[in-house]
Amino acid sequence: MQFRFAGALIAGAVLSLSATAAFAQSGSPTIDAIVKRGQLVCGVAGNTAGLSLPDSQGVMRGLDADHCRTVAAAILGDANKVKFAPVTTQARFTALQAGEVDMLYRSTTWTLGREGLLGTEFASITFYDGTGFLVKKAGGVKSAKEMDGATICVQPGSTTELAIADYYRVNNMKFTPILIQDLSELQGAFESGRCDAYSTDASALAGYRFAKGDKANDYVLLPEIISKEPLGGMVRKGDDKFFDIVRWTYFAGLIAEEHGITSKNIDSFTTSTDPEVRRFMGLEGDMGKALGVDNKFAYNIVKQVGNFGEIWDRNITSMGVPRGINNLWNKGGLHYAPPMR
Amino acid sequence: MSDASVDPRYAPTAAPKKSVKLSWSDPVFRGLVWQVLIIGSVIGIVWYLASNTSTNLANRHIATGFDFLGRVAGIPIGEHPIAYEPSVNSFGLALWIGVLNTLQVSVIGIILATILGTLIGIARLSRNWLLSKLAMTYVEVIRDIPLLLHLFFWYGIVQTLPVPRAALNPVPGLFLSNRGIRFAELVWEPAHTGTLLAFLVGLVLTAFVSQRATKVQEATGIRPAVWPAALGSLLVLPLAVWAIMGAPFTWEAPTLRGFNFQGGGTLSPEFGALLIGLVIYTAGYIAEIVRSGIQAVPNGQVEAAGALGLRPGLVLRKIVLPQALRVIIPPMTSQFLNLTKNSSLAVAIGFQDFVSIANTTLNQTGQAIEVIALIMLVYLSISLSISLFMNWYNKRIALVER
Repeated sequence: MQFRFAGALIAGAVLSLSATAAFAQSGSPTIDAIVKRGQLVCGVAGNTAGLSLPDSQGVMRGLDADHCRTVAAAILGDANKVKFAPVTTQARFTALQAGEVDMLYRSTTWTLGREGLLGTEFASITFYDGTGFLVKKAGGVKSAKEMDGATICVQPGSTTELAIADYYRVNNMKFTPILIQDLSELQGAFESGRCDAYSTDASALAGYRFAKGDKANDYVLLPEIISKEPLGGMVRKGDDKFFDIVRWTYFAGLIAEEHGITSKNIDSFTTSTDPEVRRFMGLEGDMGKALGVDNKFAYNIVKQVGNFGEIWDRNITSMGVPRGINNLWNKGGLHYAPPMR
Repeated sequence: MSDASVDPRYAPTAAPKKSVKLSWSDPVFRGLVWQVLIIGSVIGIVWYLASNTSTNLANRHIATGFDFLGRVAGIPIGEHPIAYEPSVNSFGLALWIGVLNTLQVSVIGIILATILGTLIGIARLSRNWLLSKLAMTYVEVIRDIPLLLHLFFWYGIVQTLPVPRAALNPVPGLFLSNRGIRFAELVWEPAHTGTLLAFLVGLVLTAFVSQRATKVQEATGIRPAVWPAALGSLLVLPLAVWAIMGAPFTWEAPTLRGFNFQGGGTLSPEFGALLIGLVIYTAGYIAEIVRSGIQAVPNGQVEAAGALGLRPGLVLRKIVLPQALRVIIPPMTSQFLNLTKNSSLAVAIGFQDFVSIANTTLNQTGQAIEVIALIMLVYLSISLSISLFMNWYNKRIALVER
């Protein structure tokens, strides 16, 4: 719509006009801007239960929102110093490129093209997701393979629409896409029966189904997950220091979970003798200094927001989604952190 | 006889040559300086923006250029007037389909909005109290509601139709469901193309005969009957061609298979809602333009025509409308342009017009500046074409003063 259009134009204008920044303090223009502002501007979806959605008090809740908070805790020492900027699927990259947001935790899939062509890169994978289909139970569909000729509601500008096109091509089936920009309009079209299925990341579908409350059982999430959708934090290319911090913020959450360090018991670890725990707590090793932040950055993250598992349980497990491959590597999952040393 | 020397006072002389003085008091010099300054600064600004943009893009490692147009698109498109396969065809073709979709909805929308708007505009001037008040209410209500709400409203309405399994079937071969309107379609065969061609030939013949009749009328005052020739060339000729070519006539009716109807023609809910919304909204404005145009014709013209014995219908056709058109056409051009540009709101209700596909392309390729430039180029071309046509038409109907 117009405002998005205007957004792209403004972004273009910003790209045209912004002079090359000449910061020198930390060697990272992004960190300098965040420190000067006293706030991290984090691009989120703002409309997806479980990932980022404001609660009744207007506080942004969700996996993406909490991961934004961990970055603020690492850089500024205060997890609350985050300004959440809701960006649409289509405006997100322009917003990041033009510097309207410092980074994205916006259920964005890591792809080659997005790193190769957009001037952006992925610092973390916080959710190993995949494209799924949600259908109404009344329709009696049990498998995506039965959906030849179906009409599918999907948001434009997402990797989902590409994934569906690929899936249908591979399986030699036909489908009619209904692409609606506005999420609530799109979901309305699915509700009214305009579409046979609603397709997006399985996590978002689970959140949507969960939000239906008593009526959740009227909907079926089909068993097929038709694509890999690794969702993570995206930053601008060329600012390696900031990239490092975002990446190690994510690793810190994993390391904490590995050692059983949680937001509740973290203070009991100040007397630990385990060298990695001591480095983690900022008691020795100058790990934070190496990244250009406070030595207690990992402590701040876990104390204020929680470890990776806590963030997961708080936002995703509560929706009834099994952790599966999103568990730690030593519990059958894919999350693995290099040693902090 | 010496030739009488021409009086030097009357000798043709060239205009005195004005030399440009390098002085601020010389208006020519002053003008030159200003023009050079302004053109120079415009070029300077454009150059600065362009070079700074490309430097910044390079600094941010953002790829540039139009190479992406040849890349495989992968984006599914619901309605495509020409064949399209997302996993095979390019972004260029996808964007072209977007242009076609925009043109399709704009052209049909402009025609329908003009018809509806004119009818309502005339109705508002009707002596029938109910009719004129209804038309007034229409105009006042419709103009006050933002177009986006119109679109949401109509899209909401079409979604309340039953699911395909329980589709309404008012007449055989026509199905109304929330998947759109499905209608039986003629199975097109060469014979039908022949019939159509014969009909076109008939049109030309009829026009020719009618022109001859006018000439005869001007010469003799008696107009020879045209209708036998018209009947023959418009009805008998195509029917004969159709019969000779085997008289094929089969309908393909939509049948419910799986999730939806298959076969037959379709009008999708998205296209329908967009078209209805645009037509109803724009017709409100066109109605006012038509009314003001008609009211701009002095009443004396109507009275004079009446005094000459012309019938009311003829007065409207021959006296009022030709004069009203001169007032109507320029603002009408703006409405046509508005309708075309407003069609970009399609993205809100899921019709894939040019802006919708361009936005998706932007998002999948990340080529923001290039895609925005394309959007501007396409809308500029469409708008200029409409303007050019309407200006030509405006000139054609302009009052010829003698």
